[in-house]
Amino acid sequence: MNNSIEIKNLDLEFGSVKVLKNLNLEIGKGEFLVLLGSSGCGKSTLLNCIAGLLDVSAGQIHINDKNVTWAEPSERGIGMVFQSYALYPQMTVEGNLSFGLKNAKLPKADIAKRVKRASEVLQIEPLLKRKPAALSGGQRQRVAIGRALVRDVDVFLFDEPLSNLDAKLRADLRVEIKRLHQKLKNTMVYVTHDQIEAMTLADRIAIMREGQIMQLGSPDDIYGRPVNKYVADFIGSPSMNFLDGVIQNGAFTVGDLTIPLTGYEFVSGSAVDGPTTMGIRPEHVLTGELVDNAPVQIDVDVELIEPTGSDKLIDCQLAGHDFRVRMDGQAQVFAGEKLRLGVDPSRASLFDVATELRL
Amino acid sequence: MVEASATALDGPQGPKPRKVFSRRNIFLYGTLFVIAIYYALPLYVMIVTSLKGMPEIRLGNIFAPPVEVTFEPWVKAWSQACTGLTCNGLSTGFWNSVQITIPSVILSIIIASVNGYALANWKFKGSDVFFTILIFGAFIPYQVMLYPIVILLREIGLYGSLSGLVLVHTIFGMPILTLLFRNYFTSLPEELFKAARVDGAKFWGIYFRIMVPMSLPIFTVAVILQVTGIWNDFLFGVVYSGPESYPMTVSLNNIVNSSQGVKEYNVNMAATILTGLVPLTIYFVSGRMFVRGIAAGAVKG
Repeated sequence: MNNSIEIKNLDLEFGSVKVLKNLNLEIGKGEFLVLLGSSGCGKSTLLNCIAGLLDVSAGQIHINDKNVTWAEPSERGIGMVFQSYALYPQMTVEGNLSFGLKNAKLPKADIAKRVKRASEVLQIEPLLKRKPAALSGGQRQRVAIGRALVRDVDVFLFDEPLSNLDAKLRADLRVEIKRLHQKLKNTMVYVTHDQIEAMTLADRIAIMREGQIMQLGSPDDIYGRPVNKYVADFIGSPSMNFLDGVIQNGAFTVGDLTIPLTGYEFVSGSAVDGPTTMGIRPEHVLTGELVDNAPVQIDVDVELIEPTGSDKLIDCQLAGHDFRVRMDGQAQVFAGEKLRLGVDPSRASLFDVATELRL
Repeated sequence: MVEASATALDGPQGPKPRKVFSRRNIFLYGTLFVIAIYYALPLYVMIVTSLKGMPEIRLGNIFAPPVEVTFEPWVKAWSQACTGLTCNGLSTGFWNSVQITIPSVILSIIIASVNGYALANWKFKGSDVFFTILIFGAFIPYQVMLYPIVILLREIGLYGSLSGLVLVHTIFGMPILTLLFRNYFTSLPEELFKAARVDGAKFWGIYFRIMVPMSLPIFTVAVILQVTGIWNDFLFGVVYSGPESYPMTVSLNNIVNSSQGVKEYNVNMAATILTGLVPLTIYFVSGRMFVRGIAAGAVKG
């Protein structure tokens, strides 16, 4: 078996509320899996179940081919990092790192060796004698990661570890976590609601909603071929544009606009007639000189421009729908002017209106 | 860089000037002064009276400072004043109270803190029902339970003894203390508890190594509540103890309310101050910790 964690038919209920519904998930050895979803989707709950901090209502959890469904958190071979760091305030950094090892009754020399190694990896050696209150947010989170590191386990669980940090520090620590993963090659399960974190860190992303996994796949897959409208809308910032129309004779029609679907890969292999929603990412709309090569070309009125420095976001109306386009930050566009857009149907996504599933 | 302007500014700038004798200040400090006098005056009268001799008291001016300072009444109150048949003053009652207060405070706080910890972090089946019943206990008037407890203590052979009183105080302290500790432990970040579990700590490990070291403020509050509550208790003391084991409050009552002989106001005042000295000391020593503990719910670890 090559799986580090296997979750089989997992249910979790709080009273009458089903938080996790018949969930199955296999995580490979050394894989970095990100659980992504909006708040209340059950992603942290799933992580707590894997850690053994919550008793499951039904189903099994296997870690390293051992059924740990009834095992204590400390017996599961996991290390966990929490959002609020959860450092023991009355202990020094060294005490925090060695607390778990002391509980496991390891020999003193062994503990010292492991603490030394972990503090070297995370570059927190100068902080060992300090209390958590005397550390900055980034340092605290490093110590929290160190506490998982010293346990010498195969599986790391991260529960929104960077949410309490400011934007700059978050980007720095994100890179560090990725480096750490490349170095240690542990299995990591990472919960977040930040899609940038998810996209940059993950080998695979699991998008969760209402206790179920909507889509499990590589970041490219999730971004390029979302399985349903929810995932399409959730991933990507600014979010995808949706046009409600119909497919007739292999072409998509919305209002007075018709887009031929040549080049679009249908899930079923061929075009299906019927009411359809087309999704186009703002960054996939062609502008400037590229428009000339696009299969479909449309003229729109520019309503509003939001410059972000690197990009300009253009708000306009397309066939009666709000439509956003991402352009280069240097592009010369002005509100009220005409703009020529190009659409490439091979990069769009089509969803059935009723089921919201990808066509 | 944006260059700082060097021109002088016109019109209002910087902090707004405020008058010292504004109507607001006069009203505020005036009220505070009156309230302070209201509370301090009786204490002043007590101290002054306890330092006077009886002839001076008979002059009738209770606010006048003593002309001849004497500590005779204090000595008498402590070791000679008569309660009923014995004339040992308050000293016996004092030592009884000490022997009652210390074990009851320690016992009730140990049990209640473990209770609160279990109720906050180790939810078991029916823990909410258990908690509700316990809290309900805080609202039952003591009078209802007075006589049943007399029988209970008689049956287990503790009636009239110090240990009986310790038991009663420990039990009656339970609802409010458990509530106090449960709420405090609930306010501690839950992730800390989870982290300790992942680190392999068990029930007692987490309690002693994580929870207790973080709970100094709430333990202080509990100690203050219990010491003052038990020390000042009169009802249980008078019902469940015999003349040998009367706590200090009961002795005080017996001295002050003795109906024979002359009313020795100076001795009574001294005795009252002596009895109140223990809770007063506790407040002075731990006042700051008390406030911190009360406000602890708002403080994050």
